[in-house]
Amino acid sequence: MIQYYFDWSVIWRNADRFAYALGLGLSLAVISLFIGSVIGIACAMARVYGARWLSWPVWLYVEFIRNTPLLLLVFFVYFGLPELDISYLDKTQSFILTLSLYAGAYMTEVFRAGLASIPKSYTEAAKAIGLRPWQRQRYVVLPVMFRITLPAFSNNLISLFKDTSLAAAIAIPELTFVARQINANTFRVMESWLAASALYLVTCYVIASALRRLERRYAAIR
Amino acid sequence: MGEEVLLRARGVRKSFGNVEVLKGIDLDVRQGQVVSLIGASGSGKTTFLRCVNLLEEHDGGEILLDGDPIGYRMEGGKRRRLSEAKVSAQRARIGMVFQQFNLFPHLTAEGNIMLGLTKVLGKGAAEARDIAGHWLERVGLAERRGYYPYQLSGGQQQRVAIARAVAMQPRLLLFDEVTSALDPELVAEVLGVMQKLAESGMTMLLVSHEMLFVRDVSDRVVFLDGGQVAQAGPPKEVFGNPESERLRSFLGRMHGIFGQIA
Repeated sequence: MIQYYFDWSVIWRNADRFAYALGLGLSLAVISLFIGSVIGIACAMARVYGARWLSWPVWLYVEFIRNTPLLLLVFFVYFGLPELDISYLDKTQSFILTLSLYAGAYMTEVFRAGLASIPKSYTEAAKAIGLRPWQRQRYVVLPVMFRITLPAFSNNLISLFKDTSLAAAIAIPELTFVARQINANTFRVMESWLAASALYLVTCYVIASALRRLERRYAAIR
Repeated sequence: MGEEVLLRARGVRKSFGNVEVLKGIDLDVRQGQVVSLIGASGSGKTTFLRCVNLLEEHDGGEILLDGDPIGYRMEGGKRRRLSEAKVSAQRARIGMVFQQFNLFPHLTAEGNIMLGLTKVLGKGAAEARDIAGHWLERVGLAERRGYYPYQLSGGQQQRVAIARAVAMQPRLLLFDEVTSALDPELVAEVLGVMQKLAESGMTMLLVSHEMLFVRDVSDRVVFLDGGQVAQAGPPKEVFGNPESERLRSFLGRMHGIFGQIA
């Protein structure tokens, strides 16, 4: 029987690094979800309302991203772009770009389904009071769509936050990277990984319950 | 009735695929009149109403509001569709109330009314709120201004929808079977609001199966049959002296539901 003696002091000593790592991971996820949502809305509207030829590139983009491992995309953007003389992105920016493109593909599908599920009756009511086409989108269709897609938003934010662990592969000091480093330096294997896991778990749980409350508050159609 | 003609339809045609739903409708609505369209389902009543507000585009004939053709302009003898902005401006002059209320689900009762006032008519928020409050009071819902549609009963939602349409001060109000989706005990409150509007001089074109209401409130009743006007006139004449067998049998079926109409 192997005995393992826990020594949590190594975690407390590195609390500030964990805190920074957690903040960094969350920022990466939130920023990428934001940029991904902008991409997603643009692509979804191009597919639903745009010209026919527009739906091809969108389809290609979505399918390419959804059927390629994220880690591969991370490497491709980080190592590949400089080969094409696109080298003005540092590693964090490169990762944000990758995660945004990744989120964008998923959000495209979320918003496309959201747009499709909005009853025609709302658009007709918006027409009837004289709103112009872009006003109908701005004041009726999009607000309703956001409320419908709020649950998908929460799920994607949690997924993206967990996916930020892949940034460790290009040495961005987020949680997984920090845990690995502390593990390597102190040989406190269990403590490092358990601490990181606990932080992921608690954070995801908190995000989920906070957004659940938001969903209940803003649910549009009940 | 010497008032000017507000809405004039001449030879309005509309097909969905191979099915011709409107086969040349002629109809006048004068300023301040209440005109009701009656007829069996499939006779084209709702389609005609939707053409007036450009929710459907008519294929032939013309619909004039205050003398302006709806949805297009003539250019060298040809019909040219108006820009979306112009179409929107035309729609703003016509209010519409729908069978399923169609309130915006993310806005309160007040917000539903304010949206058009601020974004279409360009009123400030404070003025729009006052107007919304005024109309909510007129439809008996002053204390519900902050409620969302899902918090309101069907009858209340429909009254908000009416307030939303009237608040825009349209030249003409369209009502598309506005009580058909309501529980029977909620019909009266909505009809009551419509009756008050009619008495206030609002020009109204309505599609309804509420024959007693149609008889009491209308200046003219138009019976549509198979996409054509089969008989039109004052309610006394249409209900009291139905010319065609189709109208007699239609009214006969309605008697079963509403009791003696004429």
